[in-house]
Amino acid sequence: MTGNMKGTASLRGGMRRREFLGTGAAALGVGIIGFPSILRAAPESVKMGLVHPVTGFISFSGTQCRAGAQMAIDDINAVGGIKSLDGAKLEAVLGDSQSKPEVGAAEVAKMTEAGVHGIIAGYSSAISLATSQEAAKTNTPHVVDVGVSDEIVTRGLKNTFRFAPGYGKTAQMAVANLDTINKNAGSPAKTAMIVHEESLFGTGTAKLLAAELPKIGIEVLDVIKHANPTRDFTNIVLQIKANNPDLIIPANYYNEYILLARTLRQQQLKTKGIYSVLGGAASNYQFVEQFPDAAEQIMDCNHWFNPKSDLALQRKKAAEGRGLVYTYEVFLAYNAVAFLADAIERAKSIEKEAVIEALSTSTWDQHGMPYGPTKIDEHGQNTGAQPVNTQVLNKVIEVIYPKEFASAEAVFPMTI
Amino acid sequence: MPDLAIIIPSVLNGITTGALYALVALGLTLIYGVLHIINFAHGALLMLGLYAVYFLNVQIGLDPYMALLIVPPGMFALGYALQRSIITRAGHGRDENILLATLGLSIVIENLALFFFKSDTRIIDTPYSFQTVDVLGAFLPLPKVIAFFGALLTAALFWLVMARTDLGKAIRALAKEKKGAALVGIDVAHVYAMSFGLGIGCLGVAACLLLPSYYVTPQVGHGFILIAFTIVVLGGMGSFVGALLGGFVIGIVEALGGLFLGESLGQIGIFLIFILVLIFRPTGLLGHKV
Repeated sequence: MTGNMKGTASLRGGMRRREFLGTGAAALGVGIIGFPSILRAAPESVKMGLVHPVTGFISFSGTQCRAGAQMAIDDINAVGGIKSLDGAKLEAVLGDSQSKPEVGAAEVAKMTEAGVHGIIAGYSSAISLATSQEAAKTNTPHVVDVGVSDEIVTRGLKNTFRFAPGYGKTAQMAVANLDTINKNAGSPAKTAMIVHEESLFGTGTAKLLAAELPKIGIEVLDVIKHANPTRDFTNIVLQIKANNPDLIIPANYYNEYILLARTLRQQQLKTKGIYSVLGGAASNYQFVEQFPDAAEQIMDCNHWFNPKSDLALQRKKAAEGRGLVYTYEVFLAYNAVAFLADAIERAKSIEKEAVIEALSTSTWDQHGMPYGPTKIDEHGQNTGAQPVNTQVLNKVIEVIYPKEFASAEAVFPMTI
Repeated sequence: MPDLAIIIPSVLNGITTGALYALVALGLTLIYGVLHIINFAHGALLMLGLYAVYFLNVQIGLDPYMALLIVPPGMFALGYALQRSIITRAGHGRDENILLATLGLSIVIENLALFFFKSDTRIIDTPYSFQTVDVLGAFLPLPKVIAFFGALLTAALFWLVMARTDLGKAIRALAKEKKGAALVGIDVAHVYAMSFGLGIGCLGVAACLLLPSYYVTPQVGHGFILIAFTIVVLGGMGSFVGALLGGFVIGIVEALGGLFLGESLGQIGIFLIFILVLIFRPTGLLGHKV
């Protein structure tokens, strides 16, 4: 009220210094409250909620994800943070889903209440489903780092995005690449058995593969599901032995994968190929280093970086410099953070709608993956994302397919 | 329906796997069955033993079987110290306090392991990792065959200690009548700690025999602890022969359950046995009343 009177007076006789300062401060206050997206000062930090299973049965993968995400945050901060927000630094807010979806959702609820600006989660499909749904309640931007179930991005959640491919695309490419590899070798593989873990990822992948493999002339003799953890794979390998398939197709997590691979070797199983799809260990440097004999010539259709990208190789070197094993969890979580940070940079805002819009229109290409620039569909899925085929050859993980990214020729059928 | 060519190797494999379970259960049956301490830290202490074997192998190249000379005595000392310094003091003689103390201990140990060792899955590669023994046409992994005989030997040693030594007599006396044992001059605190130490030392043996065919993570104990409790109940509280027999039964049930019900459902057989034993034979196969 007083302001109005003084304001009126000032129009007549000119504004005195004290009135000017007072009115200016009031105007600034109105600006802050009334027009936050235009005049609000840049935040001191941009809070990134990182929700991963760092304890529980998939804690190895969760810890790898967290390490990759933190590495991305460190890298972005080291070059000036979010420049369009006056160099605001990214700040990691850490959450542990304990390998349980409900705990993951609870962690997200706590984080959104505390005002995080984006969520990166949750490694497994089941956890990612829960975390993205929880984040959707507050429309908080959520980027899935690894979860491969296609349900994650087909539920109409506008806040949910996935940078990497889902199991639909992966199974489709795994079958197409297998068809090419098999035909190039004179079609020696005519039968297969699928061994998968029991959660959404393994079950969904196995279902898709069982439907697709007959279309390329490969009969699926049996599909075997196992629990997490499974302490002994002898029974499963005995069943495989009795069926004598040309191909064994595992889709499971790291711990079970190494036990399966070891048992296959112990039971002296002769097969034309072990062709993993999203195999937990087949594209893992640690597995190859610790069990080179069991890993040799195993093929995998999985997430992998572009071995011809200097950026990818630099990041690999940097990660290894930190003592990390450069697994897919590390580079996918890294890229999930960088993908979200790029959107915030372009949005020039931490407003949820603006960030979601920027994610939807993303054409980001600084990822070092064999994807091309990001192209997001109406479900939030990066349509350019694709897996590649790797094979362990002479104790080195080589890319064998697609050809434009290949670093070696496939060895098929196995020669050992 | 699987044919005999699968069933026979599966049963043989179940017996060798069961021997590993029995090794874990032997220590538990002493601690749980004789001293009536529900040791929730058993799985976490097994994990510590596995890490000890792993680091001895990786750092100084010590074979897991040679580690039998170091790890079990080390675990015995750890068990003795834990009982005297933490469990007795925190328990104040009340069972529920002891239960909570061991539960707290397991959480602390697991989180320390997570902090120091990270959650990496660690395995060791030995010259015999892929070696097998042909028994009735079944390829049994050599490390599991060794574990089988190791379990037999350990159970026999435990039985001898309990039946033929003064320590064994003191432990048995304490289990039956604590006040009476104290009245005749048995050092109750010392014998309790010796018993706990022996139980944890047995985990050291289990760790040396298990790691060549398994892996270690901070959570690895979870997969064994419920099975070990089932074996103790099935075999009979405090019975070492019962624990051995229970281990074999559980190993075979798990193997055949996986074969006939599928690997996902196969595990339920173990816990069905647990429930059935509690209902129809609470004394277990060879033990005292629960």
